[in-house]
Amino acid sequence: MQNVEATALLQPPVAKRVTPAGALVRRALSLLVVHGILIAGAIFILLPFVWMLITSIKSPAEIFAVDFSLWPKHFSGAENYGRALSKVPLLRFALNGLIVCAGILIVQVLVAVPCAYALAKLRFPGRTALLALVLMGLCIPIQVPALPLYMGLAELGLLNTYFAIMMPFFLSVFAIFLFRQFFKSYPDEIIHAARLDGMSEFEIVWLIVVPSAWPAIAAFAVFSIVAHWNDLYWPLIVISDTNLATPPLGMMFFADAETGSNYGALTAAATVLTAPLVIAFLIARRRFIDGITMTGIK
Amino acid sequence: MTTAATLPYVGQPVRRDRQRMIERIAGIGFAMPAFVLLLLTNVVPLLVLLYLSFTDFKLGELNSHFLGLDNFRKALADPVFRRSLYNTFIYVAIVLPGAVGLGLLIAVLLHRRKRTRSFYEVIYFLPVTSTLIAMATVWQFILHPRLGPVNGVLRAMGFNAIPFLSEPSYVLPTLAAIGIWQLVGFNMVLFLAGLSAIPRDLYEAAEIDGCRSGIDRFITITWPLLGPTTMFVIVTTSITAFKVFDTVAVMTRGGPMGSSEVLLYAIYLEGYQYFHMGYAAALTLIFLAFVLLFSILQTFVLERRVHY
Repeated sequence: MQNVEATALLQPPVAKRVTPAGALVRRALSLLVVHGILIAGAIFILLPFVWMLITSIKSPAEIFAVDFSLWPKHFSGAENYGRALSKVPLLRFALNGLIVCAGILIVQVLVAVPCAYALAKLRFPGRTALLALVLMGLCIPIQVPALPLYMGLAELGLLNTYFAIMMPFFLSVFAIFLFRQFFKSYPDEIIHAARLDGMSEFEIVWLIVVPSAWPAIAAFAVFSIVAHWNDLYWPLIVISDTNLATPPLGMMFFADAETGSNYGALTAAATVLTAPLVIAFLIARRRFIDGITMTGIK
Repeated sequence: MTTAATLPYVGQPVRRDRQRMIERIAGIGFAMPAFVLLLLTNVVPLLVLLYLSFTDFKLGELNSHFLGLDNFRKALADPVFRRSLYNTFIYVAIVLPGAVGLGLLIAVLLHRRKRTRSFYEVIYFLPVTSTLIAMATVWQFILHPRLGPVNGVLRAMGFNAIPFLSEPSYVLPTLAAIGIWQLVGFNMVLFLAGLSAIPRDLYEAAEIDGCRSGIDRFITITWPLLGPTTMFVIVTTSITAFKVFDTVAVMTRGGPMGSSEVLLYAIYLEGYQYFHMGYAAALTLIFLAFVLLFSILQTFVLERRVHY
């Protein structure tokens, strides 16, 4: 084995010594192809972002000019952003997004953590059945219970409330599933020691187990916030009041009101509503990528 | 599964019984809020949905009748619903190979880059975190026949402008391209994780055995070892693509002439615009049947790689 590794290590220099120029050309060529493909893809990915930013600072005359230019000749950013902010309550949409995401996340964690701990570490009647229900719940997208939930909320006169936007998501079976995986690997000896010290199960969960599950909770938080900041389907159903609109819904209201007339303001609005998450992503890249992919289900 | 009760407390029967009691009470207490919410937001709605699907219930009308399976029969014969189902599958058929294939290609190319890897990673992941509705509005503008840059470039090169969103036969591929745009980065990250789990010395061994070109290495090592990851990515991509709604709702509203009407949009219109609750419930159950089909596959795959 060691011999094999040694030959493997020796090989590249040997090859280089035989035809240094040829190897160099080959390497340069493959780098060119690889980066060529990656850059082409990156342009496709970045196109709407770049176009959004540029249009948001262009004047209407330039936007509607037939011969398009990339960089604006006249800077109209202030007008566009001003118009977007005054025409619709953009900051209100962002605030709504914040309230909804925070509300959902807090309840999700408060409900899922004890349940996940019970499923992972406690023996109680109905545990297997509950676990089966949770696993089944994983397969049911929001669009399925949406219809009866909508009717129920309408019956109770709760449409057009924050509660209506948040309520279907208070229970995240996914959070229970994820936290249970985490808690299961927590050493039983520590829990026993805590019990012998006279700690209650409640204290054990929140003071001992939860701090150790921080990576799982952070990952879930990213996943939950991204999902609910961007969700359109459910808010579209229960919210018709502009003042309660979440970012995607607000964007839709705005697009409807401004169709074809003011792309400058429209892209300015899109920039404002996309910015918070994108900036958060750029700051905490790894956390975001891990959080969203760890969860796998979107 | 080691639970507290099975661990050595043999010498203290009283204490063990007490501990069992505490566990039972605490377990039920801890699980109760989740259980109640699970009933309220999943189980009861599902039962109501099932019941509704057998009736002609309409919101705002007092009388409703039991129809048996009529709603399902009507759905299967309804040209609008059939078209939306067909369109959804066409959409999935374009997005699936596109988003999985491109995600894999980018991941393989990125895997061995050291300095530029995180730079590209951030770019490709950007659409995953951005608000799709806002970006869809921007896409609509980019693809505008007269004002958009894409057609601007086409015209400058001497081609005719392409009516991406107003020509029925172009709409689904256009929406699918945006779907791919949104999913590539997500799939790329999943593939990168799969790639980093492949031991390096396998490649070195293969190189000694004469696997010199990158394509050889990919076929003999990467592709077979990436199998479980690929399976997982295919299933999640199918489900996400199957649930296409946002871009349709913002960009086309099912048009032109129903050419981009998809399953969720049809359900949305029936249930929340026309208030045909019974019929919408039946459509929802058909939707659920398809999602479950994908999900069963997914849980199988998920069980195998929960520790990802």
